[in-house]
Amino acid sequence: MHIVVNEKPQKVPATLTLYQLRERFCSTADIIIHNGAPTTKDYPLRDNDKVVFIRRDHQPDINEIHEVLNARHTPEVHTILKGATVGIAGVGGLGSAVAVALTRMGIGKLIIADYDCVELSNLNRQQYFIDQIGLTKVEALRANLARINPFTAINCVHRHLDNDNIAKIFTGIDVMVEAFDNAESKAMLAHLWLRQFPHIPLVAGSGMAGCGSSNTIQTKRTIGKMYICGDGISAEGEGFGLMASRVGIVAHHQANCVIQLLLGIAPDSEENHADNRQQSSC
Amino acid sequence: MQIIVNNQAVNVANNSTIIDLINQLELDAQRIAIEHNRVILAPDQFDSLTLCADDNIEIVNFVGGG
Repeated sequence: MHIVVNEKPQKVPATLTLYQLRERFCSTADIIIHNGAPTTKDYPLRDNDKVVFIRRDHQPDINEIHEVLNARHTPEVHTILKGATVGIAGVGGLGSAVAVALTRMGIGKLIIADYDCVELSNLNRQQYFIDQIGLTKVEALRANLARINPFTAINCVHRHLDNDNIAKIFTGIDVMVEAFDNAESKAMLAHLWLRQFPHIPLVAGSGMAGCGSSNTIQTKRTIGKMYICGDGISAEGEGFGLMASRVGIVAHHQANCVIQLLLGIAPDSEENHADNRQQSSC
Repeated sequence: MQIIVNNQAVNVANNSTIIDLINQLELDAQRIAIEHNRVILAPDQFDSLTLCADDNIEIVNFVGGG
């Protein structure tokens, strides 16, 4: 019969039980997940069963991670994503969440740049932890991303980004993500990037403060190869702060826009939805 | 004279520059990116570039937060 063990299809004898399977594939496993539920009992296996064996003290190696991502995303998608390099300018509320999503999706290399340190006030929306207060954001993020996938290459740049250093820092990337917090910096990067690197897409964020409607947030192609995610109008201000939910929506619009660009899907086309439904069900 | 800004007709004075248009639209020159007849402008062109009738302008206005 055919079953799936740790995300890989396997052909096994029809009389096999769960414990016998464990002996065969991972005799030291201390947790067994059988068809989605943890179990401590032996069962006869059935055709199409899904079994995951976990050893608590074992960190999966690079091949195991690639196998699971291949199974989840298809080999075609995974091959493109693992070969991609993405730049992220600013790793606050947007950039840290974009980096986490891209790392989980198996992007091969990230270049992350920010001059800032983790502060208590960041923890309402940014992907850092209370014991990281005072660390540079890029080093704290590197540590957090390594806990998701230690084989993602991360280039950290702890520097204030300006007109003179951006081109050099983000050499060789496939897609650029603008994730600054102030509007002047966003405009500065847009000018520079669209003129110096017209062929490399720029994915920016604008308009995400407060807790208004989720449904006004969109991904739109604007000038050149610049895509803007956000509602375009909700500026951060006194009494109108940035909150994890809406900033997270924009960050994940940005991450999805990056993935679509890498896979050759037009990010602002609604026609994609039906075509990609099968793919998105994975 | 008439120009097109973000797909809408806008009247501007003859010999207006980009910065005149920015001021007329009450935008902040530090927070926008502009495409003029499909060419992305550098900020130092805002003062010097004079608009012509039927020019096509796309303006992207950024707001703070991230």
